[in-house]
Amino acid sequence: MYFSERTSDASAALTKKWEVEVVKSLQSNPDQKERFSTVSDLEIKRLYTPEDVAHTNFSADIGVPGEYPYLRGNQVTGYRGRYWTFRMFSGMGSAKDTNERWHLLLQRGQTGLSTAFDFPTLMGYDSDSPKALGEVGKCGVAIDSLEDFLVLIEGIPLDQVTTSMTINPPATVLWAMYCAAAEIKGVPLGKIGGTIQNDMLKEFIAQKTFMCPPEPSVKLISDTVEFGTKYVPRWNTISISGYHIREAGSTAVQELAFTLRDGIEYVEDVIKRKGLSVDDFAPRLSFFFNSHIDFFEEICKMRAARRMWAKIMKERFGAKNPRSWWLRFHTQTAGCSLTAQQPYNNVIRTTTEALAAVLGGTQSLHTNSLDEVLCLPSEHAVEIALRTQQIIAEETGVANTIDPLAGSYFVEALTNEMEAKAWEYIEKIDEMGGMVAALEKGFPQMEIAEAAYHFQRQIDSKEKIMVGVNKYVTEADHPVPLVDIDEQVSAQQIKRLKALKRKRDNRAVIQSLNDIKTACKKGENVMPYCIAAVKNLATEQEICDVYREVYGEYRDPGLY
Amino acid sequence: MTQRKIRVMVAKPGLDGHDRGARVLARCFRDAGFEVIYTGCHQTPEQIVAAAIQEDVDLVGLSCLSGAHKALFPRVVELLKEKNAGDIAVMGGGIIPEQDFEALYAAGIKAIFTPGAPLESIVGWINENIKPRA
Repeated sequence: MYFSERTSDASAALTKKWEVEVVKSLQSNPDQKERFSTVSDLEIKRLYTPEDVAHTNFSADIGVPGEYPYLRGNQVTGYRGRYWTFRMFSGMGSAKDTNERWHLLLQRGQTGLSTAFDFPTLMGYDSDSPKALGEVGKCGVAIDSLEDFLVLIEGIPLDQVTTSMTINPPATVLWAMYCAAAEIKGVPLGKIGGTIQNDMLKEFIAQKTFMCPPEPSVKLISDTVEFGTKYVPRWNTISISGYHIREAGSTAVQELAFTLRDGIEYVEDVIKRKGLSVDDFAPRLSFFFNSHIDFFEEICKMRAARRMWAKIMKERFGAKNPRSWWLRFHTQTAGCSLTAQQPYNNVIRTTTEALAAVLGGTQSLHTNSLDEVLCLPSEHAVEIALRTQQIIAEETGVANTIDPLAGSYFVEALTNEMEAKAWEYIEKIDEMGGMVAALEKGFPQMEIAEAAYHFQRQIDSKEKIMVGVNKYVTEADHPVPLVDIDEQVSAQQIKRLKALKRKRDNRAVIQSLNDIKTACKKGENVMPYCIAAVKNLATEQEICDVYREVYGEYRDPGLY
Repeated sequence: MTQRKIRVMVAKPGLDGHDRGARVLARCFRDAGFEVIYTGCHQTPEQIVAAAIQEDVDLVGLSCLSGAHKALFPRVVELLKEKNAGDIAVMGGGIIPEQDFEALYAAGIKAIFTPGAPLESIVGWINENIKPRA
């Protein structure tokens, strides 16, 4: 028990007395609404007291940082030794445009890189594909071949800066380009560090960037895990992501549950398919969460996630290495919480969300720019967003002490409640036969659709408020300058591709694509063949077309 | 004689996977009493137009959040006209800067809704402006 019996009795008596006062007070001062709940519509009580954590055991459930179950953080010393990584997600236009933005961000004190690719690159199409119409360079950088990639990383010390790449179905190809680029620059694979998102399950569930069906998609992921374990030990080969699940409209509990269940699926597959032992690769698994606007719900979600993953790794998979028990995660503030109306208010939203991520103990953070709901972020907007993190780190004092909200009746009770609700989901998905089986039934997709619709209805009925959208609406906004991507990027990319295909050794390209096809058919690890192919200047789409041919294409079932 | 229900196709052109808005609207239209067809993500303008004609819809609602609306929305209108289905109305939504509205209206997009538009306002617009085609 968390409190001595005497304290508990005294507290229970006091709480009873307070409850009587509440009833009296409500007669003359009624509440503003009948029900109070989080942005995910989880009901919140008026007051939390020692009774709410009566069954919480300090040493087993809370503990200290750096000790199982890691509720209070993985690091023994917290942020005192090192802040979280300031990692702004960026990419737009051509590789050269993005490289310039990266150098600017590094000059301004950013400590890690994070790549946004355009939709054709994300989906495994070259810039000259008819499918790329209107999309080249729009939502990120266009990368077609190793040539583009070398421009992208020009002047970046690959042995010093870690780079995250948000890439999923073509992750093997883009990672192969990174590995090839490192070799060309003379940096050994053992020295490079970074992350590929490479989490396909959440694509089927939420983000909808898919190429092949779930089963072969998971196979390709296991290939990267195996290759990383053997040759690129500083690389995080999967970033198991709740971010997009949340952006698609899930609740915080759904984000927590579906993300951890996706993680379980990957671990099971690598063990089964590759015969690796869990401790060989689990320390390199990383996570990615959303930080939404409901402050305490987010902090509790992140704390619960650490404790749950530690339990999963230790109890479910029998991992022995404490590093396997760690849930290390990147956080991005919630794009879906931002408003096009009165866009400068977005700075305040992002600040609140960033603060929650820090109090939740994130290892890495992207703060959204105020204009991201309108267009790609301008340089000025990105600078404000980066400075937001730096102010939280250097001025507010919140990083002085570890997990400062621990022991709050409310925070511990909500952490416990969210964990319990997430376990229920995980058990349900286990019963369905795992996440691939569950998503083939449409289960997580429909749960999220339901939650998203529920929230929109609450906005329409003003049960939930978004300032500037359904309350405090103003006629005249202060407009923000919009960034427009030069339409020339597409034409330039197409020209570059033509020139590339003329000058490269096309026989070598065909041979290396055939090698990938054979590897796919035999179930061999594709990574070494991908690296060879990108070095021969095979394009991204040429490699992805091999995957499509061998594994088939997945089509959106259009559930709603 | 009861009038037949308005048939609406919610469509996601291009490679954009941001389908939260499209899926919420599909549900909302169903609840509003329309017949709804949702295409799912990653449809080419050609696929959307073929489906709209085959399903005999009265309205196509296009959703795009990737910035490709300038190329994709007018293309859908153009293809509908080519296939003699120019009487199928097209509306659009997503992240669409106001500066693009004029060109989209000129290209034949009948209405544009951006984030924050209440569901009721969209349903209201449809009820006022779209009649089931004979």
